Amino acid sequence: MKQKQTATVRSQRQLAAQIFDMWIETELAGEAAPGQFICLYPKDKSTLLPRPISICEINEERTALRIVYRITGKGTTEFSVYKQGDTVSVLGNLGNGFPVAKGKEKRVFLIGGGIGIPPMLQLAKELQAQKQIVLGYRSNELFLHNDLERYGQVYVATEDGSAGTKGNVMDAIRENGLDADVIFACGPMPMLRAIKRYAEEKKIPAYISLEEHMACGVGACLGCVVKTKEVDHHSNVHNARICTDGPVFEAGEVEI
Amino acid sequence: MNLKTTIAGVTLQNPVMTASGTFGSGMEYSEFVDLNRLGAVVTKGVANVPWQGNPTPRVAEVYGGMLNAIGLQNPGIDVLMERDIPFLRQYNTKIIVNVCGKTVEDYIEVVEKLGDEPAVALLEINVSCPNVKEGAIAFGQKADALYNITSELKKHARQPLIMKLSPNVTDITEMAKAAEAAGADALSLINTLTGMKIDVHKRKFAIANKTGGMSGPAIKPIAVRMVYQTAQAVKLPIIGMGGIANAEDAIEFILAGASAVSIGAMNFVNPYSTIEIVKGIEDYMKKYKVENFSDLIGAVEG
Ligand SMILES: Cc1cc2nc3c(=O)[nH]c(=O)nc-3n(C[C@H](O)[C@H](O)[C@H](O)COP(=O)(O)OP(=O)(O)OC[C@H]3O[C@@H](n4cnc5c(N)ncnc54)[C@H](O)[C@@H]3O)c2cc1C
Ligand SMILES: Cc1cc2nc3c(=O)[nH]c(=O)nc-3n(C[C@H](O)[C@H](O)[C@H](O)COP(=O)(O)O)c2cc1C
Ligand code: FES
Repeated sequence: MKQKQTATVRSQRQLAAQIFDMWIETELAGEAAPGQFICLYPKDKSTLLPRPISICEINEERTALRIVYRITGKGTTEFSVYKQGDTVSVLGNLGNGFPVAKGKEKRVFLIGGGIGIPPMLQLAKELQAQKQIVLGYRSNELFLHNDLERYGQVYVATEDGSAGTKGNVMDAIRENGLDADVIFACGPMPMLRAIKRYAEEKKIPAYISLEEHMACGVGACLGCVVKTKEVDHHSNVHNARICTDGPVFEAGEVEI
Repeated sequence: MNLKTTIAGVTLQNPVMTASGTFGSGMEYSEFVDLNRLGAVVTKGVANVPWQGNPTPRVAEVYGGMLNAIGLQNPGIDVLMERDIPFLRQYNTKIIVNVCGKTVEDYIEVVEKLGDEPAVALLEINVSCPNVKEGAIAFGQKADALYNITSELKKHARQPLIMKLSPNVTDITEMAKAAEAAGADALSLINTLTGMKIDVHKRKFAIANKTGGMSGPAIKPIAVRMVYQTAQAVKLPIIGMGGIANAEDAIEFILAGASAVSIGAMNFVNPYSTIEIVKGIEDYMKKYKVENFSDLIGAVEG
């Protein structure tokens, strides 16, 4: 069941320039799944809308959620100064998450680009498969790669070539001669478009996590839609709601 | 204590309803809110055929509020009647359907279909839709166009009509009087105020549609003023909305002359807003020993 709750900050630290890592204690952890997200509400009253952030990791006891986020504006700036014991309002668990079963015992790519990397961690933990984890960064300010190395082989690409393959995640896949039967991915739109094309060429399924500006987070406002190939069951037009029908879609279902 | 209020002959158990477009058809928020506790659920605007709506981004945050340009995406009246009305019928709340269209004929088609559905108590007509025949000027921005559509729809509607007024006009009372003269049964106001936001770093519009309708707490003083002016100008019952976040905000509208209130954008901030406001109005009435809710309507002094 979706709920809005008050969570307590357990810890916070900085991982890289502008990138923060926060654990919050919340009952929402009990039913959270990889690829789902939560919405955080800044306390600043001039802000109105919830900030959607992916679930990065769930602790073993299922009492806390980890989020990793980049400072982009008012809300994330506020979150970044929270200290242990501070409280924050959260709405969750939202969205459908990754279809973990589709990767079972297969050769899979887990591809994360920039601030799309966080949801790959809980997915990597839960997925029983031959995991090839491909991470794209701007520069050698890497984050979460150490956590991910525990669950599979990690390949890194950086735009400036300062670590791993110079270029993007697709370049890293080519350079390392990698192959897979299923793709799970989250990251910027150009990366997701390239993955969609790649998956079509290879005729393999790709499950991609999309992002859009949201107002309600629960499917009521129709703010966060993505164009769909077929008429959507709920909207009765070629639009699906990212917050409820997504954020994860099979790449072939959406027009991006 | 009596929280009942009456709009065009329809009695609501309390004066709190949802603002169209912010609550879907109730299903999504039914996980948070017991719909049986609401005065009414107002559905998202529905047209005769499905509408795709605008490209994204469709929403943006602004200081103390938000902009939206959903573009009235909706599944069409047939899906609403087959799926959403039966869902809402399970609850002890009034159903109000918000109607949109590009031509008067579009509206008539929807209004006639809804005439066959006795579970729908009232129709709320969104006249902020682009009027394709008038060069996409909204029906609600010219008094004569508003008069025409209201009187036309009155000929076809079985349920009472609430005309939902746009605040994007010079004189709201002129519009209210036109709707009253044409036979409207009630008014609701305000719809969103047209706004714009530019991302100076990207040099781009924050909303793909460039302009968006502003709502949320920042618009409340404008909405209260318009409700007050309208209440002074016409006899029709008024449903007040615009930035209501808590019971005090709601009571402000009621004292200004609203018979009921709608909660819009604040559902996004606090999904429990509507029921908390019902409770808050009760507390206010207890505190000030008000026996009948109706005694508060228009009770501002001076
Ligand atoms: C499903 C989903 C998962 C996400 N997961 C993460 C994550 O794990 N880590 C992370 O750093 N970021 C994530 N984002 C992006 C994150 O939501 C934005 O960076 C954040 O909302 C910015 O808020 P702000 O107040 O700092 O920025 P501001 O620019 O001040 O925000 C203004 C408004 O725009 C919205 N907004 C701004 N950028 C985005 C964006 N990229 N996507 C959606 N809304 C935006 C904000 O929510 C707010 O309503 C995710 C987005 C979505 C949709
Ligand atoms: C996302 C969104 C969608 C809306 N859709 C509709 C609609 O379909 N029909 C309509 O008449 N008003 C629509 N409105 C306007 C609201 O019903 C309401 O009049 C306005 O938002 C002011 O109230 P608020 O400040 O409480 O949100 C919409 C508002 C928002 C924020
Ligand atoms: S954010 Fe409202 S429908 Fe997705």
